[in-house]
Amino acid sequence: MNFKVIHFIIAAVSLLFSANAFAAAPIKIGALFAVTGPAAFLGEPERNSAKMVIDEINKAGGVKGRKLELVVYDTAGDATKAVQLATKLIKDDKVVAIIGPSTTGETMAVIPVAEKEQIPLISCSAGSKITDPVKKWVFKTAQNDALAVGRIYEFLQKTKQTNVSILTVSDGFGASGREQLKNQAAKYGITIVSDDTYGPKDTDMTAQLTKIRGTHAQAIICWGTNPGPAVVAKNVRQLGIKTPLFMSHGVSSKKFIELAGEAAEGVRLPSGKVLVCDLLPNSESQKKSLMLFVKDYQKHYKAEGDHFGGHAWDAVMLLRNAIEQGADTPVAIRDQLEKTKNFCGIGGTFTYSPQDHAGLGKDAFVLVEIKNKDWVVVK
Amino acid sequence: MQFDQILQYVLSGLSTGAIYALIGIGFSIIYNATGIINFAQGEFVMLGGLLTLSCLELLKLPLWAAIPCAIAVSTVVGILFERLAIRPLKQPTPINLVIITIGGSILIRGLAMLVWGKDTHAIPPFSGDTPIAIGGATILPQHLWILAITLIIILINKVYFYHTISGKAMRACSYNRRAAGLVGIDVRRMVLFSFIISSAMGAVAGIIVAPLTMIAYDVGVMLGLKGFCAAIIGGMSSGVSTVIGGLILGVLESLGAGLISSGYKDAIAFIILLLILFIRPQGLFGKADSERV
Repeated sequence: MNFKVIHFIIAAVSLLFSANAFAAAPIKIGALFAVTGPAAFLGEPERNSAKMVIDEINKAGGVKGRKLELVVYDTAGDATKAVQLATKLIKDDKVVAIIGPSTTGETMAVIPVAEKEQIPLISCSAGSKITDPVKKWVFKTAQNDALAVGRIYEFLQKTKQTNVSILTVSDGFGASGREQLKNQAAKYGITIVSDDTYGPKDTDMTAQLTKIRGTHAQAIICWGTNPGPAVVAKNVRQLGIKTPLFMSHGVSSKKFIELAGEAAEGVRLPSGKVLVCDLLPNSESQKKSLMLFVKDYQKHYKAEGDHFGGHAWDAVMLLRNAIEQGADTPVAIRDQLEKTKNFCGIGGTFTYSPQDHAGLGKDAFVLVEIKNKDWVVVK
Repeated sequence: MQFDQILQYVLSGLSTGAIYALIGIGFSIIYNATGIINFAQGEFVMLGGLLTLSCLELLKLPLWAAIPCAIAVSTVVGILFERLAIRPLKQPTPINLVIITIGGSILIRGLAMLVWGKDTHAIPPFSGDTPIAIGGATILPQHLWILAITLIIILINKVYFYHTISGKAMRACSYNRRAAGLVGIDVRRMVLFSFIISSAMGAVAGIIVAPLTMIAYDVGVMLGLKGFCAAIIGGMSSGVSTVIGGLILGVLESLGAGLISSGYKDAIAFIILLLILFIRPQGLFGKADSERV
């Protein structure tokens, strides 16, 4: 009898303590970013931003009294590594959700893992195929290339420059952009008069551009990430090509202007709003988030926040909102994420639904032009 | 219009080819003195460019002072590489040496990433960037610099190898190392010399292309491979045939990208490399058992 009572008390006390310990335990969120390697320009600001928001949230007392804990792994831009690390996050670290990876290739590789283990994945990469068709556990915060292409085509249609030459980089980003450029052309009455590619490490594109000069293109659209497009801009200037040059959102950072120098003048590109946030009117619904992000990033890292970091910021905030609604298990978080409505983030205004896990509209992009080494919004 | 295009392709090709040639000669000089292919050659190209950047931005040196500085530092890296990685080797079989150079190149690239970060950097052109029209084609002043500097370096090489004692000694090593050693040539010193020359030349190549192509810690890989192709086409000679090899490669790449498809640009270089290795391993211009100088 006595023993039983003691047992009972021990059991009750330990249960009490462990329950307490559970209540105070932080919610673990996993993150996979390409902090090193060729996609480091994405992964580094993403990791910085994710750490920064989590810090800020915890400083403000966490979410519903619980702290958030971020477990970040570096994938080095390698899809195989990304898959291994995703499994590690799920099995060893027991995270409730994963943010990332940074590139489309890695994300496509990680999707089957997230689907099988039933862990929500919020990707920070742009490829349309990530959420098209919709996958139950996969969301994304980066704007689709389709929206960026739409923004450029809309402008070209308006200004009646309907014969275009496209020059895309031969990697995942360029291939996805090329596909969108070709698919949407008819919808906007655009004719693609030449279609060329260049290698991600190429250092001279005059051959391709000479060919383009021989066509009657009214606009050149180059789809790539630094440094290729800077070389293209320089080559265009060298060849004396006067055709307007358009770039993708992949180069919407000050780095492009720095690399291309004089040759960047007059280049137009679709960009997330973070680049031009102080030029936006106060009525803009995203302005509050944008200014907050830029201010925090400046404070933490003494650098300008870019829209790549913004993708991670959005992902953390979306999770925070879901957790605030009381979700703390993978299933509940997924369901809450899907109910997100009009969340004004950095990438745009997100509204997820069972049919749409990308959540953004064409207004996520503004068309900007480079003038005097700075951005100007094209009306 | 068609003629203009061809002219442009050829001019672009020649200027890229000149760079391949410079890097290719670096490969051949070391190959001839030591019998190894130094796969770290591309990294000296990268070092040349990035060191110039540092001299310009951190030390605030003018361009004419930054360039010799960058070449000197790259050469020191070349000497250290030879002293620390090549010379101490107990069994210097070719395969060991080649693997060491690959390891060395990864190490140098990694260190460069830590020092300069992962970003691409731009260096201002030597004399402005107003295009120069030639016929219907245009080139930049920097292209002329590249062609001129390549020419000067080839001439200096020629004089060195044929008209100086140490140049002749190095040629002797390439014919027959043992015999060279027996007549009193310090073969190990010649090996060191070959590393000094080729790292300096790699650095020069990096410096003169940087304003056009921009520079990052990882540009050495592709440029190194293209330079290697040029050297193979030229039959690993440290003279004119490697230069011609580089120019042929550059022009074919450019014509291929313009006339066939830009997607095959790199494939063209490597198909040529494989064809030469299969059909004429002695190089395009070599006799079956050629002298390699």
